[in-house]
Amino acid sequence: MKSKASSRPRVAVFKFASCDGCQLSLLDAEEHLLAVAGAVDIVYFPEATSIMKDGPYDIALVEGSVTTHEDAERIHRIRRQCRLLITIGACAVAGGIQALRNWQDVGEMTRAVYPTPGHISALKMSTPIGYHVPVDFELKGCPISKGQLLEVLCATLAGRKPSIPTYSVCLECKRRGNVCLMVAEGVSCLGPVTQAGCGAICPAFGRGCYGCFGPMETPNTASLSERFRLLGQTDAEVTRAFRTFNAWAWQFRKAGEEAERT
Amino acid sequence: MSRTRSIKVGTLARVEGEGALHVRVAGDRVTDVKLEIYEPPRFFEAFLRGRSYREVPDITARICGICPVAYQMSSVHALEKILGITVHPSVRMLRRLIYCGEWIESHALHVYMLHAPDFLNYPDVLTLARDHPDRVKKALELKKAGNDLMTLLGGREIHPVSVCVGGFHRTPSPSALLPIRDPLRRARDLAVETVEWVRTLEFPDFEQDYDFVALSHPEEYPFNEGRLVSNRGLDIAVEEYEEHFHEKQVPHSNSLHSVHKGRAYHVGPLARFNLNFERLPESVKTLARDSGMTPPCRNPFKSITVRALETVFACEEALRILEEYEPPPKPRVDAEPRAGTGCACTEAPRGTLYHRYEISADGSVVSAKIVPPTSQNLKRIEEDVRQLVPQLLNLSDEEMTRRCEQSVRNYDPCISCATHFLKVTLERT
Repeated sequence: MKSKASSRPRVAVFKFASCDGCQLSLLDAEEHLLAVAGAVDIVYFPEATSIMKDGPYDIALVEGSVTTHEDAERIHRIRRQCRLLITIGACAVAGGIQALRNWQDVGEMTRAVYPTPGHISALKMSTPIGYHVPVDFELKGCPISKGQLLEVLCATLAGRKPSIPTYSVCLECKRRGNVCLMVAEGVSCLGPVTQAGCGAICPAFGRGCYGCFGPMETPNTASLSERFRLLGQTDAEVTRAFRTFNAWAWQFRKAGEEAERT
Repeated sequence: MSRTRSIKVGTLARVEGEGALHVRVAGDRVTDVKLEIYEPPRFFEAFLRGRSYREVPDITARICGICPVAYQMSSVHALEKILGITVHPSVRMLRRLIYCGEWIESHALHVYMLHAPDFLNYPDVLTLARDHPDRVKKALELKKAGNDLMTLLGGREIHPVSVCVGGFHRTPSPSALLPIRDPLRRARDLAVETVEWVRTLEFPDFEQDYDFVALSHPEEYPFNEGRLVSNRGLDIAVEEYEEHFHEKQVPHSNSLHSVHKGRAYHVGPLARFNLNFERLPESVKTLARDSGMTPPCRNPFKSITVRALETVFACEEALRILEEYEPPPKPRVDAEPRAGTGCACTEAPRGTLYHRYEISADGSVVSAKIVPPTSQNLKRIEEDVRQLVPQLLNLSDEEMTRRCEQSVRNYDPCISCATHFLKVTLERT
């Protein structure tokens, strides 16, 4: 007879270049953690357990971006071992803040940070997981929303499509009852081009959205860049606004580079 | 007759980030201990250059998802020194308050999820929960109180959005803070229970003559301010940090190690406790004494008890601040950018976190230096393992490995934090 444990989906959590925050979201889902752990068999999650079982895995959650030769190979080994691969967070989905190296000289950066840079084996670029292998679902955010993570897990276990909105932060902001900072106070805000999911927390705290959930489905970045200029931002400031935690997501990349060229 | 034993832990579990441990023993002599870091570098200091000083706290938060507030705090304090900003006392209180949230969340995570399984011989907290469901449910409730406090003040617990140079983007009204009071009172009781629980654990008989280093403040247990002191007479301003602490390359290790006067040193809860015991409130001091914890405590395994005691302190401090808080006249002080250099140390849950920035007249970052607590502890962690292994020679390889890993976890190392600074190798064994 099949044991109870072996009939549950085998889940593995893998880390690439990142801050650990997105996998921590799973442990931060305090009220639901034991329920999740009861519904699946967590067989590989080094941050949380000494149990490290080999694949195959039913679901792999992957945090972080690919920045080394070895990791570029490791992600292929992981992909071969898992049925579903879900990327969690801006690093895995878009290359993360460390993708700022993609516009710079990594050799020079290495020398700036490390006194003896000889043995640093870093790729020239930080790239998303989806650049290397097919990904079944990309969950955005820096960090991800733990509510959305639970939705993705529940939907995956139930065999349905995760219900994750692709509209902009503006919708969440309106629903929250915030006054529009850009209209009322002339504050630059990336909300109109950024995917919802955070709950519009930055406008609720009196500051413009800084785009940590990455581009929404069809963002009009050119129009927003123009608006930023009307609000008095320089081209360099417009570029920097798009060039943070999701800088290498193509829509933000394009907007940043366009402002740089003008 | 000598036999060579080699202990290899290819992936250290229950630490933040990715590292490995190698121990080589010839007969009864430890010939090599290496805490190897293969977590890839992320080059924060390099890409901070050219960014506006205003962007720094949001960017440095991304060094660590477990202690983002520590990175925000060290960076805003360093930058405010350059700009000549003194924050309002209420802003200062709110910064202590959000740091309390991070200590509660991070310490509860480490005590229950990462460290306690070692003492009780479980692979993880989920397996522990099968035998001790109530204890684990209470642990999660305690951790949640810390996270909820951070969310209340910063919008979310990982990479909160409210902290800025000069203060906060928005400060709460006293009534907005009310909903967290009861959960914190409950958390305080749960933290006391945690102290009573961890003191019953079995601690290896292991003491070291450490150089403890921590911030020290004349009136309070340290978070954001104070002088750097040690148990060997060090007493310096934070500005003198780089004259006394140096990074050194070790021949057989691929990571840089911080040293003080050529020696390894120890930062973190144990150092804070030993150097600041008198600044703890009477209630926490009494609880500590009743638990057999009086300074100096030189047994690193007992850091789990100190984390529990600091969690009680953080709950009490948060409750005190809630009682006394009045909103500042405005959430932040603005200042014109000016060229200069500034540095700051604050006490992250894992220990002292040093930041130094140079900015130009237009407010853009010229250079940045960040020394996380884990980088400062690395050499000390290796030395602990080196001293511990001779006591473990009669144990099986498996048991010896487990005990070595436990000893690494005494320091709650955060390898994600350390790698933008560490010398990284990709040699894996």
